[in-house]
Amino acid sequence: MIEVKNIYKSFDGKDVLKNISIRFEKGKTNLIIGRSGSGKTVLLKSILGLFDVDSGEIWYDDRNFLTMDQKRRKQMRQEIGMVFQGGALFDSSTVEGNIRFPLDMFTRMTAKEKETRVAFCLNHVNIEKRAFKLFPSEISGGMQKRVAIARAIALNPKYLFCDEPNSGLDPETATVIDELIQNLTHEFQMTTIINTHDMNSVIEIGELVLFISKGEKAWVGTNKEILHSSNQTLNDFIFANKLYAQMRRDVEEG
Amino acid sequence: MGFFFHTGRYFMMLKSVFAKPEKHRIYLRQLFYEIENLGVNSVGIVVIISLFMGGIMTIQFAYSLANPLYPKALVGLGTRDTLLLEFSSTILALIMAGKIGSNITSEIGTMRVTEQIDSLEIMGINSASYLILPKIIAVVFIFPFLYILSAFFGILGGLLTGPIAGVITIPEYIEGIKWLFVPYYITFSIIKSLFFGFLVATVPSYFGYYVQGGALEVGKASTKAVVNTNILILFFDLVLTRLLLT
Repeated sequence: MIEVKNIYKSFDGKDVLKNISIRFEKGKTNLIIGRSGSGKTVLLKSILGLFDVDSGEIWYDDRNFLTMDQKRRKQMRQEIGMVFQGGALFDSSTVEGNIRFPLDMFTRMTAKEKETRVAFCLNHVNIEKRAFKLFPSEISGGMQKRVAIARAIALNPKYLFCDEPNSGLDPETATVIDELIQNLTHEFQMTTIINTHDMNSVIEIGELVLFISKGEKAWVGTNKEILHSSNQTLNDFIFANKLYAQMRRDVEEG
Repeated sequence: MGFFFHTGRYFMMLKSVFAKPEKHRIYLRQLFYEIENLGVNSVGIVVIISLFMGGIMTIQFAYSLANPLYPKALVGLGTRDTLLLEFSSTILALIMAGKIGSNITSEIGTMRVTEQIDSLEIMGINSASYLILPKIIAVVFIFPFLYILSAFFGILGGLLTGPIAGVITIPEYIEGIKWLFVPYYITFSIIKSLFFGFLVATVPSYFGYYVQGGALEVGKASTKAVVNTNILILFFDLVLTRLLLT
């Protein structure tokens, strides 16, 4: 579980996050949605500790992240997996090398154990063995995302963060990635937070959805509830897409 | 203000760089990679430049000293001292700032803009130390070797070119090389090359590590890194020459 309480964050005197409080549940895919510039990336990076917040609290289960010293924060980061928008794979390492890197850095596994763990993680994201020795530049965007997910789960994290995992992918691959993240979340009982503006993801895997508008928490609910929402700002955001507007009409008409 | 901001941030970065490594074995592996990438891969260009510059210096000295009153051996002496005192340390450092420096800035800068550095930080790795410390040790370690290599091939360049161009004979050139030789010149230049190696590794690392934006900004950062490293090399050359040679 990750809980943020009354988070405020500003840049150069401009408030970007205003009094955000939310509890992200364990074993669920928690989504943060909002327009570009609404503050969702700042919220995600604040939870991760990449930005220092002005005030508020961030709890990882029973641990207050903001009062931890650097050493404890560093240790805690080993419980966090992160999938970046562009994958952020290390260009100079092979697919296999990317997954092995956190194992080399933080475990005392033998070479054989590492090999097994690497294969386990890559198999979980459906990467074929022949791709293990390829470099990130030699594989497709969808595969890069899957390798990034495999790297994120290499250390068996309790918390998984994904920053727009579907950006730049075709709809079919995007659905595969969504399902993969949801399945891994359920299987390993991780607290997963996904930052997205992809409405397909919201409808497919949004077990808890936080909608941010102008830096404020504007709506919280599930993917089932979102189609019945009476929040005008949320509706303007979601039903800008004609397909979802039609879907809502269908739901209203039973 | 910008000067103080960058100087302060540069030293803050160095503080992070020299923190205790997470796992020595991984850093050692990186170090060997950097020695090969930044050092061994620079040997070719150092040899070529030094051979040609040694030859050119010999011909120019012979031209300048084309007076029957001057002993021919002066050509060898002039070439040797120019190489030992200035070319193989300072000028080579300026050239390496272009080759190694731009390589370091673009590598670290690209890692920054593609979020690879954020990725390291989130894993709990001291990214500054992991990325920069092996480069500093590698460059500082290899610079004295490059200096010796450059001086040797520069002198060899003069030895090959002088007789071919007909400006000096081999015995005259060798006599000049041995004439009034001051071994301290080598010590002095090795000390300089250690300083320059540190600058060539850290200044471009700084510009790469703090780059913001995209590919365009990485390119601009590389240019800034090379220009600033060159200015600092020349400044420290002046300071060290004043302190150690006069």
